[in-house]
Amino acid sequence: MSGLDYETVARFAQQGGTLYFGAVFIAGVVYALWPKHREAFKRLSHLPLEKDEDEHV
Amino acid sequence: MPSIATPDADTPSDVVALFLFLGVAAVLALFATGLTDDAAFRFHGYILMAASVLALSAMTIGVAHGRFRSDPKRYEDGVIRAGVIATMFWGVIGMTVGVFIAAQLSWPDIFYFPEHGWLNFGRLRPLHTSGVIFAFGGNALICTSFWVVQRTCKARLAGGIWPWFVFWGYQLFIVLAATGYVSGITQSREYAEPEWYVDIWLTIVWVAYLFVFLGTIWKRKEPHIYVANWFYLAFIVTVALLHLVNNAAVPVGLLEARSYSAFGGVQDALVQWWYGHNAVGFFLTAGFLAMMYYFVPKRVERPVYSYRLSIVHFWSLIFIYIWAGPHHLHYTALPQWAQTLGMTFSIMLWMPSWGGMINGLMTLSGAWDKLRTDPVVRMMVVAIAFYGMSTFEGPLMSIRTVNALSHYTDWTIGHVHSGALGWVGFISFGAIYCMVPWLWKKDRLYSNALVEWHFWIATTGIVLYITAMWVSGIMEGLMWREYTPDGFLANSFIETVSAKHIQNVIRTVGGLMFLSGTLIMSYNLWRTIRMPSARSSANVPATTIEPQLLPAE
Repeated sequence: MSGLDYETVARFAQQGGTLYFGAVFIAGVVYALWPKHREAFKRLSHLPLEKDEDEHV
Repeated sequence: MPSIATPDADTPSDVVALFLFLGVAAVLALFATGLTDDAAFRFHGYILMAASVLALSAMTIGVAHGRFRSDPKRYEDGVIRAGVIATMFWGVIGMTVGVFIAAQLSWPDIFYFPEHGWLNFGRLRPLHTSGVIFAFGGNALICTSFWVVQRTCKARLAGGIWPWFVFWGYQLFIVLAATGYVSGITQSREYAEPEWYVDIWLTIVWVAYLFVFLGTIWKRKEPHIYVANWFYLAFIVTVALLHLVNNAAVPVGLLEARSYSAFGGVQDALVQWWYGHNAVGFFLTAGFLAMMYYFVPKRVERPVYSYRLSIVHFWSLIFIYIWAGPHHLHYTALPQWAQTLGMTFSIMLWMPSWGGMINGLMTLSGAWDKLRTDPVVRMMVVAIAFYGMSTFEGPLMSIRTVNALSHYTDWTIGHVHSGALGWVGFISFGAIYCMVPWLWKKDRLYSNALVEWHFWIATTGIVLYITAMWVSGIMEGLMWREYTPDGFLANSFIETVSAKHIQNVIRTVGGLMFLSGTLIMSYNLWRTIRMPSARSSANVPATTIEPQLLPAE
């Protein structure tokens, strides 16, 4: 079992996990702040305010 | 007379599929009932058989009358109306059982019935937790998700009759679970007590729910998916995953109610609390955040404070929550690093939780006066405040040294109830107060004054509940660790129990007040539904309506 002992796996999980979560968080923030999405987000945020209580699609 | 038992060519395929499914379910239930030696299992077989036969009969009559032809120009609101009624029905039952078991803890001499095993605290406690979480909360989630996904996708619910299967199938799950608890059928896994065959039934219902929800998103007329739908989707997908892994079990026999978990020892505990805490994170948080992101902006007529923040809120919440479970296993056989991992992620959860709370509260900017004038808005804002409070308290309690004091005490019970009554309860009440006039075509609720009464009675009840539990929790935690100068424990366990008597009484009163609020709400909704319709447009056939027309004000 050379190479795949507990310490190696734990280190990989800890350091890899930190990098992975950091990358996912940055990707989320970049997506949210991307200037091109501004218009879409503005439109989306007004979606619940439309008069949609009626039964007709 | 047409042959109504066999679906003809005109019958929609979704109805045929449900016919076949229910037929198979009925036959399986028949075999299980006939062959088993297990009385409890047979009883549940009878229930499943009766439900299948009832559903088949109702569908046969429906097909004979040409029902079930869904009109894509209309939203499917019938199933949401049914969901609202079911939410309130189970809410009253689940909360009543809660008040009853609180009374058992306060006055054990009066409310202890040794001759009726099913009235014991151990049987009724899961009835209360499942009743309020899965029956009340679950129905609220399903019916609001059906409303929100249709409106924000501008598409009728997918799946034809299958949303109705989701609704009734879920009620059947509740009935099987609840009757199982009181008759002593339990896996003894907290919040996952139903046995293997009920778990299989819930899996089928849940997969149908996922397909209905995804199918509706799939055929949406909007290019984008509104953030509330992301939260609902995370709730549905993650709960499916949690349910499947945590309930992995081997039945003693295919005709027996009992089963053994696929996991053992500390792995079993870890899987259970991975499930248990994510039931909080994805059932009791993500889904109700979806309600917040739709109903709060709608009610205050302001767009969500920051749509960007809602995206960061979503992704960080779901990625962090999934790791927080091990904080339930401090000072156990679980390796210390795993405990620390759970604790660290719990503390990190502060950020998305408070980001979401700020996003919800600040949605009111420019409309703060509605706090004073609209009790429904006030209810939802107090819900968000309780969300902030309990998501502050939770990370605090997950710190190992704090947990040393708080774990196994009433502090945990108080924490859970500030989240459940304050956040989950109030945001659901708010959403339902919004939806009922829309669903039943009324221009207002029957009485705003009754909403005020509901709000103040329930809020006072929550405050009584959680303050009593803080006091009793910290007191018993301190009593448990009190040593005499000789190094012996100072208090016997029963002394710590009897010391909590007055707090238990206050908790019972608080719970009773919360239940009273729910009863007031039920009455108010009932009277709202019985009011004469405000909008005549409801009676105009769909074919004459142009999509761009708005109903007359």
